[in-house]
Amino acid sequence: MIGFMLTIIRRDLLLVARQPAEMINPLVFFVLVIAMFPLGISPEASILSQVAAGVIWVAAMLATLLSLELLFKLDHDDGSLEQLLLAPYPSWCLVLSKVFVHWLVSGLPLILISPFIAMMLFLPDHAIPTLMLSLLLGTPTLSLLGAIGAALVTGVRGGGMLLTLLILPLYVPVIIFGASSVAAAAQGMPVDGYMALLAAMLVFALMITPWAAGSALKL
Amino acid sequence: MTQSIWRMPRWFHQMGSPKWFYDFGGSLQPWFAIAAFALLTWGMVWGLAFAPADYQQGNSFRIMYVHVPAALLSQSVFLGMAVAGAVGIIWKIKVAFMVARSCIAIGATFTAIALLTGAIWGKPTWGAYWVWDARLTSTLVLLFLYAGVMALNQAITDRQIAGKATAILAIVGTINIPIIKYSVEWWNTLHQSSSFTLTAKPSMPADMYLPLLLTVLGSYCVFVLVILIRTRAQILQTQSGANWLMQHRDITGA
Repeated sequence: MIGFMLTIIRRDLLLVARQPAEMINPLVFFVLVIAMFPLGISPEASILSQVAAGVIWVAAMLATLLSLELLFKLDHDDGSLEQLLLAPYPSWCLVLSKVFVHWLVSGLPLILISPFIAMMLFLPDHAIPTLMLSLLLGTPTLSLLGAIGAALVTGVRGGGMLLTLLILPLYVPVIIFGASSVAAAAQGMPVDGYMALLAAMLVFALMITPWAAGSALKL
Repeated sequence: MTQSIWRMPRWFHQMGSPKWFYDFGGSLQPWFAIAAFALLTWGMVWGLAFAPADYQQGNSFRIMYVHVPAALLSQSVFLGMAVAGAVGIIWKIKVAFMVARSCIAIGATFTAIALLTGAIWGKPTWGAYWVWDARLTSTLVLLFLYAGVMALNQAITDRQIAGKATAILAIVGTINIPIIKYSVEWWNTLHQSSSFTLTAKPSMPADMYLPLLLTVLGSYCVFVLVILIRTRAQILQTQSGANWLMQHRDITGA
């Protein structure tokens, strides 16, 4: 079972390595969306630093959603998904491995680039470690929850828009605690509680979503 | 072994048969129609015309006779949809998927009514149609959840796959509803910009409380009635040409 998962992970990473645009596009999207906020609201540091936490989290959410559309679609289109589901391993193994690769490719780069984005939005420096930690705990949850939607819309026409409709309401708790933790850190308040809740949501999502996405794939 | 653990009562099996559901539902339908009409008329007339006016809110509180049942139903319908979907997935009962599908539109309607009447009530009471109050926000998210379920159900053309997909989404949504509710409440206490909160309900006099109970019960009857009508319509659609239906039509002469 571990071998199966490692094989999938290696295969998907190899596919990404040969199509680097898949990895870079969400990142560019993330930066672009964030660049729109100073243009749309105000370049004032006092205003931007107040909305920075929410803006970064919303942008991360949208970037994740955008890249999720392709999570199962390419494998579905070339038929390999069917073969992978026929393998003598539970379908959650497949989902978990693919989500892991998705997070490595779309979530991790966001976390690495977030300090620079935070500086551009004048987020106080002492809030940056919290921002990175909250993204580290939150983005895997986003990928896991999104996998359910991606599995449900696989093979449906116009899946991308549909995926957004299905999944955004489920992201509400993650964005509340993610963004609030950064805002609390910016005000110098303790953030342990937020981190604990984000971690709890991650653990809960790890238990439920691979099963749900796996059974959605088998429809 | 499986038989001893998973043996279901007979009526449960029977509900899974389209024919039985069609006939039994048909015989229940008029009773629920009568009950819904009677309870709603009684409750509404009593509540809107005869119940005493609130000493603080005056007559504007009377919208609660529409608002509270709609808000209650908006959540119970989602739960009902998830339960029906789970029954469909676990026991592979097609009628259960049809019931779940029937829940979507009526549930979304109740949620929209709850939001709308809440906004109308909010204007004289809070001075604004919309505030980002915890209850309002979580009801809005619930409406979005319904929108997602509806979109998914209509996007998939194969009815059976659509039923299962909808069921999975409804179950995931139901697990999420309490998490969303409590996180929104937390978020609301953090941002104390609007200090409007629905105060804990003071004990209402029976003249105000009983009409509410009647309209709540009446709304549940409307819900059951709509489910019966819509599910039976779906049975007619999918079973058209089935033997029992052809004979059925001969008997009833329809």
